[in-house]
Amino acid sequence: MSDFLKIADKTFSSRLFTGTGKFGNHQLMEDALIASGTELVTVALRRVSLDGEDDDILQHLHHAHINLLPNTSGVRNAKEAIFAAHLAREALQTNWLKLEIHPDPKYLMPDPIETLKAAEQLVKDGFIVLPYIHADPVLCKRLEDVGVAAVMPLGSPIGSNMGLKTLEFLQIIIEQSNVPVIVDAGIGAPSHAAAAMEIGADAVLVNTAIAVAGNPVMIAKAFRMAVEAGRMAYNAKLGAVKAYAEASSPLTEFLN
Amino acid sequence: MFKDEFEKYDWDEVQSSIYAKTAADVERALHKTRRDIEDFKALISPAAAPYLEQMAQLSHRITQKRFGKTIQLYAPLYLSNECQNICNYCGFSFDNKLKRRTLSSIEILQEAEYLKKEGFEHVLLVTGEANKTVGVDYLQKAVQLLSPHFANLSIEVQPLEEAEYKMLADDGLYAVLVYQETYHKDNYKLYHTKGKKSNFDYRLDTPDRLGNAGVHKIGLGVLIGLEDWRTDNFFTALHVNYLERNFWQTKYSISFPRLRPATGLIEPKVVISDKELVQLICAWRIFNEEIELSISTRENEVFRNHIIQLGATTMSAGSKTNPGGYAVEPESLEQFEIDDSRSVAEVKQMIEGKGYKAVWKDWEQFASFG
Ligand code: SF4
Repeated sequence: MSDFLKIADKTFSSRLFTGTGKFGNHQLMEDALIASGTELVTVALRRVSLDGEDDDILQHLHHAHINLLPNTSGVRNAKEAIFAAHLAREALQTNWLKLEIHPDPKYLMPDPIETLKAAEQLVKDGFIVLPYIHADPVLCKRLEDVGVAAVMPLGSPIGSNMGLKTLEFLQIIIEQSNVPVIVDAGIGAPSHAAAAMEIGADAVLVNTAIAVAGNPVMIAKAFRMAVEAGRMAYNAKLGAVKAYAEASSPLTEFLN
Repeated sequence: MFKDEFEKYDWDEVQSSIYAKTAADVERALHKTRRDIEDFKALISPAAAPYLEQMAQLSHRITQKRFGKTIQLYAPLYLSNECQNICNYCGFSFDNKLKRRTLSSIEILQEAEYLKKEGFEHVLLVTGEANKTVGVDYLQKAVQLLSPHFANLSIEVQPLEEAEYKMLADDGLYAVLVYQETYHKDNYKLYHTKGKKSNFDYRLDTPDRLGNAGVHKIGLGVLIGLEDWRTDNFFTALHVNYLERNFWQTKYSISFPRLRPATGLIEPKVVISDKELVQLICAWRIFNEEIELSISTRENEVFRNHIIQLGATTMSAGSKTNPGGYAVEPESLEQFEIDDSRSVAEVKQMIEGKGYKAVWKDWEQFASFG
């Protein structure tokens, strides 16, 4: 059975998206990304050397199956995000954009108001916009209305590795969404990734958990397998989890 | 204003409360997931000394989770050693006989070219306080001159007015470092005997002005060697807590400069051992998981090699602390002695040897074009 994920004009066979920050070196990053099977890799524009320095990150991402997803991490409002997006499009030759506006440098919480404003403008400017947001179902619908290609709600704060703390809200988002839902941030272990896929997320994005693992290449493979397993379980229609046994039907027996 | 909060505390009471912390307080702090300022006191207290390895491991894990296996590199660029102030721990002090020099635009660019060749993208501009020759106009010119060449510019200069900070930020300035030196208000006068820097309150209010001006990052710290370092760091933590609550869009960084011997200066009144400095750095990390912790070349090679894995996130390398020290006039007198005199390439190699990535560029000036 083919089970591809389609976002805008691209089709992905891997549902594991990855990041490029926090790795101990670029070679290790490249090896881990290859092992993960990822086809969409996000890169912080602020880390890219726009004047083409030797040890630049981009040189390690030249693989036919890897698509770049520049992100706007570091901007504080819609205006800066729009500027960064245009810079990214020029520098990286792609109109795909992970829209990240977190004016709070401590917890990196996304600003819903600025994100919506920027998304609306960027869609008009021809970008394929994937906004990073809180797991807010209403905001997801509003973003869908302005034409984003997918939504990226957080599982827990960026880099926290705490897993799906927003589970209830993610489920509502998945239930209501007409665009792909990518669970971003907070996925700290393959089991978290599998859990997100089991509830019906279309993809997950993992960075810290791979980058800072003792063996990033091995953990990347584990994530790949977990995402595949979770997706397969979702497709197979998991049996319902029962909170109590249903041995007989004492309340409805009289109907028989 | 932070001053209002600061004035509620009494130095001696704070100090004795830190020294009264027990092993039980330390263990509680270590086992929590979110620590408050009382926990910080426990972690910097003498009672925490036996827990150093545990603290180091925790700090290592927390730092990697947030910052990954990376160390941000920066270079200080001394623009001037002219100074009207007398600070009796500083080589540039007004009463110190040395050749004064303020770099011209051409010289600034010469130094910049050198740093650029070394690979630097993050640069810290440093001056003394000489308002006639190195006033805000001079600083503005320097920022305008350098901002096209570097991704990220910081300054460590005299405290300025809010509007002046705003102006510099508009020209591409990213961060301002302003160390209180000591929060011991009475003894502050003993070290800062003449000039504008002797105004404790104006300095204390500076981070408020920076926050209001919307500068991206504020660097805080005390000069270790003046007063009890535990108490001084408590007040720094209190200051950070206040700033994080009031200026939530601003980033913060902490430095731990130790008083170094320099020609004709006072001897440190208190000495912090390497062990204690590691304890302090780990305590900061455990207390505030997101804050940047910066280590300069005042520290020696061995210490710097190890501190990478213990909580530090930012480092200078190949530094010169004299104006023109890189390219224009490499032989002039430095502000303080450099203890790690390795080249940039050697430091980079050391970082990579530890399995870390030396990061040169981590900023893009998104705002200044908008
Ligand atoms: S510490 Fe600063 S203000 Fe004081 S003498 Fe040195 S350069 Fe001047």
